Amino acid sequence: MTDALLETRDLVIKFGGVTAADHVSLKIHAGRNLAIIGPNGAGKTTFLNICTGWLKPSQGQVLFEGRDITPLPPRKIVDRGVARAFQIPQLFTEHTALENLLIAVSARDKRRNTVMDMTQIPERAEMLHLLDMVGCADVADTVVVELSEGQRKLIDIAIALALKPKLLLMDEPTSGVASSEKHSIMKILIGALKEAEVTSVFVEHDMGIVENYADEVAVWNNGNMQLRGTPAEILEHPDVIRDVIGEVA
Amino acid sequence: MSTRTDQPDTTAGKTSPEKGASPMKSALSLLWIIGIAAVVAVPFVAPSLKLLFTFAMAKGLGVLGVTVLLRAGQVSFGHALYFGIAAYAGAFLMTAMPSTDFLIVLLAGVAGATLASIFVGLFVVRYRGIFFGMLNLAFSMIFWSILEKFYHYTGGADGIRLERPTVFGSALNFNDFGMILYYVLVALMVGLGWYTMRWFNSPVGNLFQTIKTNETRLEYLGVSPKRALLSGYVLSAALCGVGGVMMGMAQGVVTPEYVWWVRSAEMVFIAVLGGAGSVQGAFLGALIYEAVRTYASVYAGDVWQMILGGFLLIIILFAPGGLIGILESLFKRKSDKKGGGK
Repeated sequence: MTDALLETRDLVIKFGGVTAADHVSLKIHAGRNLAIIGPNGAGKTTFLNICTGWLKPSQGQVLFEGRDITPLPPRKIVDRGVARAFQIPQLFTEHTALENLLIAVSARDKRRNTVMDMTQIPERAEMLHLLDMVGCADVADTVVVELSEGQRKLIDIAIALALKPKLLLMDEPTSGVASSEKHSIMKILIGALKEAEVTSVFVEHDMGIVENYADEVAVWNNGNMQLRGTPAEILEHPDVIRDVIGEVA
Repeated sequence: MSTRTDQPDTTAGKTSPEKGASPMKSALSLLWIIGIAAVVAVPFVAPSLKLLFTFAMAKGLGVLGVTVLLRAGQVSFGHALYFGIAAYAGAFLMTAMPSTDFLIVLLAGVAGATLASIFVGLFVVRYRGIFFGMLNLAFSMIFWSILEKFYHYTGGADGIRLERPTVFGSALNFNDFGMILYYVLVALMVGLGWYTMRWFNSPVGNLFQTIKTNETRLEYLGVSPKRALLSGYVLSAALCGVGGVMMGMAQGVVTPEYVWWVRSAEMVFIAVLGGAGSVQGAFLGALIYEAVRTYASVYAGDVWQMILGGFLLIIILFAPGGLIGILESLFKRKSDKKGGGK
């Protein structure tokens, strides 16, 4: 048994000559918000893909609540309590924002009803509240294909939250969101995660977001975690300033 | 930015706004009620059209099955397989037990199609697009070959005569049985059409339709896309089965032509003609198709296929929403004018 919510042991995956995960071992404890930073191509998204079952490592294990989830398909991992929000929003483009969430909640509750109108399900109010929480209540009845990239991103996160996960993995949650709204959205999001006792891991390039909303920061490079610490420790580290932030120390 | 205020009862998805949506919906609902009333009246008002309507409704049920799959963005080029399996299941049952009741024959046919679809479905739901379509075609042609080659059991190309079943224990004459068949078909068209529309709007139906737009997200909701597709596939086959066994009883003979690829293509053709993804369009398309086929073959000899083909070309080029799309746009224009809209 392990005391970590999510643990990876010695993960390895290669794409041709590129090692995208190079013996990755780390533990993520419940209730924490871990930010993953690093240059493009460092293997951050690959790490999320392995943890959610989209990619299978050639070596190593992923443990969730102490149980091996490495061979499971994504849907089985979702059932265990791991949700995912994507860098490119993954939405049902012919449905409205509210319908996207209602579909998610129907999937979560394994609804088998074949006659009841989906828009009348009891969780409708809960989903409207969720949309309100991410600032998208006014576009609830808009077909998502017509929304801005930022709004689509927020709805993608709301879908993941609708699943009531124990662990939420987010790939660049604020990319595409207007700069003026990034912090207010993250504040609401992190507040909601804390309230629901959801542990989160998010890949992020905006150091302002990392500094303000992460409990811990892991620095990725060349397919592995190079450093880990508090935002203050990491963001002042000379290697991070040189390789990630891109400023002269 | 447009919003969706109504539920899609004909087409999956696209934005549907707007001013006049509800009056248009009411007007269309009224039109459907009038249409059903007209169909009910046909045997009394225009008895000569009874057979045409019988065939159109039976075929429409099969098309409804194809329509279900279109909602998930999948086209089956072999769905006549289930049309034929159900018809042959009914015929085999009638051959073995000649005085079997009509309802038992119907249930046996649907059960045969449903069971077959679970078996075939387990293979085909692994594929999408052209591969899904062609694999269905392959299964239907395998069954066609079996029907042709196993002459002693299937009657080969001559098929099997499907004797008239009893109706709740009573042996009826041709006309009375025809009337029973007609009104059962009306009831099935209304009942199964209503159920299919409800299914489209239900949690299960919505999960099924998301296969068209985002299987990745579906997987990340904890749902197996293959299982979601299988649920709709079985429903579509069962609907085809209802149509097939009813057509068998209406024609009194089932032949391998029931599962011939042209029959499958015809179903897709009608679905597109009526309005891809539309429940009402399936039946409207089937009626127009049967009418054009019947009268064009009388008055235009061997060129009736060309007339139908031309008709479909016009629909695809100028009215991609099919006949239902034309109707909807006409009603929308009218309700916009009334409401002083654009």
